[in-house]
Amino acid sequence: MMRTGRELAEAAEGDLEGALRVAGREVEPGAAGDVAGIAADAGLLDVAYAVEPTPVGPVVLAATPRGLVRVGYTDAGADAVLEDLAARLSPRMLEAPARLDPVRRELDEYFAGRRETFAVAVDLTLARGFGRRVLAATQAIPFGQVRSYGDVARTAGSPRAARATGNALGANPIPIVVPCHRVVHASGGIGGYTGGLERKRVLLAVEGREG
Amino acid sequence: MSVMAAATLPPFQALLDAHGRDVRRFLAATAGPEADDCWQETCLAALRAYPRVSSGENLRGWLFTIAHRKALDAHRGRARRAVPVAAVPERGEPDPPGTWDGEPELWAHVRGLPEKQRGAVVLRHVGDLDYEEIGHAMGTTPEAARRNVFEGLRRLREVWR
Repeated sequence: MMRTGRELAEAAEGDLEGALRVAGREVEPGAAGDVAGIAADAGLLDVAYAVEPTPVGPVVLAATPRGLVRVGYTDAGADAVLEDLAARLSPRMLEAPARLDPVRRELDEYFAGRRETFAVAVDLTLARGFGRRVLAATQAIPFGQVRSYGDVARTAGSPRAARATGNALGANPIPIVVPCHRVVHASGGIGGYTGGLERKRVLLAVEGREG
Repeated sequence: MSVMAAATLPPFQALLDAHGRDVRRFLAATAGPEADDCWQETCLAALRAYPRVSSGENLRGWLFTIAHRKALDAHRGRARRAVPVAAVPERGEPDPPGTWDGEPELWAHVRGLPEKQRGAVVLRHVGDLDYEEIGHAMGTTPEAARRNVFEGLRRLREVWR
């Protein structure tokens, strides 16, 4: 059966394209390498993050070059926390668990009852103005103790702003490490919590208190 | 998903998770032994520019555009470093094909193509980009992209069977 030159040419083209497609699928990608490390060295890694299991559920841990910037409960999904960070801080975000190792270690020790204070640097960039003063006041509450919303409002410089203090604590970007779970109602009620009251009770129990 | 979320850029890691493997395959085919360096350069250039990318951008095409440029830089760098032995190649002549361990001979021939054809053929057959995306990545019209792929295949048929 004779084939025309044109048909042969088309067949040859088909074979070549087929070969390219097959070979294309079989190309092994090069090494992914340590993109986060290279990016950090070049000053291009604005946020490094990891998702870490804890006794109060998986949390997103995120750090800027200045320090821990977010501990995010993942009830709405880790992606929701990460997308929110990309929008509020910078989309230059890479998963880089090794960069969160110190925080992970301290959290492990905290939940195992072997650590009372966190030593990692924190970056309060995500809080502003009064909210940031409230968080700074909250950081000073010692392990195992509680303060009232009014106490924290006073320390933050606005004695009559107990309600605004509650709002600021509810928006705490770094729960657990900035211990907003140590703030309760003066009446003895447990108050509110950014991650739900069940978590607040667990954290208070870690510190030897009943919520 | 809210309107706000749709209007913002995803974390860069999401781009790497979705497209990184394909970009590294593209680079392995087009840049060969320099693929790993090209990949790192691609990541750095992309991270540098990322916050200013418009949220409506085709991010896969954008990433391939950068990777294609880095592969071109690597080719041109190699051409500059090469010492001609017998004769100075004319402008537009392909790099001499070279292979390294374990890669199909076909890619050596592909890398011997003139740069426009090389880029277009690999973007089409390894990156699986359509002609519009290839044109976007290479700064040409879709028609020119189609022509480059066609010409590249025509040349490849001369050396490969």
